[in-house]
Amino acid sequence: MELAHIWGILFISLHAMVPITLAAIGETIEESAGLFNIGLEGILLLGALAGAIGAEASGSATMGLMAGIATGGLIGLLFGVLSTTLRGSQLITGVGINMFALGFVALMLTLLGAPGFHSVPRAVQVPLIPLGIGNLSPMVLVTVFLAVAVWWVLRRTQLGLWIRAVGENPAAADVAGLRVNTLRLGTAIAAGMLAGLAGAYLSVDWFGAVTKEITAGRGFIALATVVFSGLNPLLALLGGFIFGLFDGLATWISTYPAIKKIIPWQFVAMAPYIITLLVVAGAIGRVRFPKGLGVPYLRE
Amino acid sequence: MSTLKPWIKRLNPLVESLMAGLIGLVIGALIMLAFGYNPIAAYISLFSGSFGSVYSWAESLANATPLILTAMTFAIAMRGGLFNIGAEGQLYIGALAAVAVSLIDLPFPLNAVAALGAAIVAGMLWSLPVALLKLTRGVHEVISTIMFNWIAHFFAFYLIANVLTDPKRGEKTISIIESARLARILPGTSLNYGLVIALIAVAAILFLLWRTSAGFEMRASGYNQEATHYAGISLRKQVLRVFLIGGAIAGLAGAVQVMGRPPTYAVMSGLPQLMNLGFDGIGVAMIGRNHPVGIVFAAIFFGGLMVGGRIMQFSPGVPLELVRVVEGVIIITLAIPELRRLFTFFLAKFRRGA
Repeated sequence: MELAHIWGILFISLHAMVPITLAAIGETIEESAGLFNIGLEGILLLGALAGAIGAEASGSATMGLMAGIATGGLIGLLFGVLSTTLRGSQLITGVGINMFALGFVALMLTLLGAPGFHSVPRAVQVPLIPLGIGNLSPMVLVTVFLAVAVWWVLRRTQLGLWIRAVGENPAAADVAGLRVNTLRLGTAIAAGMLAGLAGAYLSVDWFGAVTKEITAGRGFIALATVVFSGLNPLLALLGGFIFGLFDGLATWISTYPAIKKIIPWQFVAMAPYIITLLVVAGAIGRVRFPKGLGVPYLRE
Repeated sequence: MSTLKPWIKRLNPLVESLMAGLIGLVIGALIMLAFGYNPIAAYISLFSGSFGSVYSWAESLANATPLILTAMTFAIAMRGGLFNIGAEGQLYIGALAAVAVSLIDLPFPLNAVAALGAAIVAGMLWSLPVALLKLTRGVHEVISTIMFNWIAHFFAFYLIANVLTDPKRGEKTISIIESARLARILPGTSLNYGLVIALIAVAAILFLLWRTSAGFEMRASGYNQEATHYAGISLRKQVLRVFLIGGAIAGLAGAVQVMGRPPTYAVMSGLPQLMNLGFDGIGVAMIGRNHPVGIVFAAIFFGGLMVGGRIMQFSPGVPLELVRVVEGVIIITLAIPELRRLFTFFLAKFRRGA
């Protein structure tokens, strides 16, 4: 293998890391507070659509990313209200969000004129940084920064302590004067914003297009990354990179007919999902989750 | 609420499902209005297209058939306190296992039975690792079932393109042998005896859940895992039961779909006639309140939406995808516990305000 190939795989892996890690650190925030949102996949999809429409309408990639963040925040708000004040089932709300997103994005793609596929003009995509050995998206740096920032907030600030308190023992936190549902709602919105940004990155930056299948289970791989990382945003960065590496390898191999003859592309495409299963199966046991995870808090 | 008679209380789930359906349709109407469609014309077209004639009833029932089965996969798990969203992948594998039986030359009743049996076994085998990963490694079934769905997705692509390929038409698998196909109930429609198979499965699950000790143990562990554990019921056994029975039914759904639906009786590349049947089954189970009888009615509703959605797409021109948006809203609404109570609460507030 030539050096250029190694750089190529590294860049694909870093770019594949971004959506998984962004969604995973968002989920880490809300899981720390006791919320379990399996609607990440749907938020990614809606974020991708909003990003593309926002970027085209405004003529700016940044506005596209903002549109993704806003849409994600809105869905996060919906999830938060349903699972705190209304005491709804978090799993079912998540399934509903995924189904709604699948329908809504397919509907919008049809209404935009091209069913199933909508490409984002290059002029409004996020410009890449030329490094000589390859082009890097600035979103990779943003992701690293956000992972560190979220780690710092959760582990080193008063707010982080509060968030973890309402996740671990909401009743005790309530007695201590914390507003359980308000804090949880806040984390749901923050998590939605990060997943929305991840989705917008897919359309406005990485792929430059929106399709119904653009997320390809990345929302669920992000959920698995949270398990792997044990609610540590810095490990989510590593987890995202590992899954990104296999995603990258699959993409890279698919361009080489010689390898395709030995291993059918379908088996290469399966790799990220098999790896996810193996990594999660290996990680569990040493990981401890908040006691209040997934349970609505009801003041006695 | 305490003034309500007990028999009215028993109807609560029905009222809530109807309310959620109504909310879904209203939000669907708002979206149509936002894009300049006439929602009333669209819904008239949708419901006359799904339930307006004998033909449309037959098509709606044909579309309901696999959904009845995939919904039961989800419902059994919910009854046992587990969240199995793996029907999608198990369905693909079941459909392909049924097709694979057509590689062997078997006489009439045997080939159909073997195809159904192969699909059931294949669905169970695809579901088993999920149960084992949960029991031995504590992997949450939400993550493992979705990963297995994606693995099944690509594995199905591989089988269609390389193993079960039709030598004359590369974009599909070989077709189910004619004598092994499920006969049509109504000539000229898609409705076939798969519906009868689905209804037999409904009766079997009803019996299992409410008339056997295994069913009692499953439901008990769904209510309270700890208490069940102390009562001496093995949770390991419950997890295995839920996933094996669920996998069997989802595999059967795939077989019924490929053996019963005209015209190709084969799995097409890209899985168009299988895609999303597993996920739609979750919605059906939710609306049917995870009860086999409720599921039959909810599946006919969803099946009708699929058929009528195509008519609606043709006549007022509203894209078919709107139907899935409505379904999503219905599920989100149903996540709220005591929906009916919430409604009367708002109503009382509104009256006081007025």
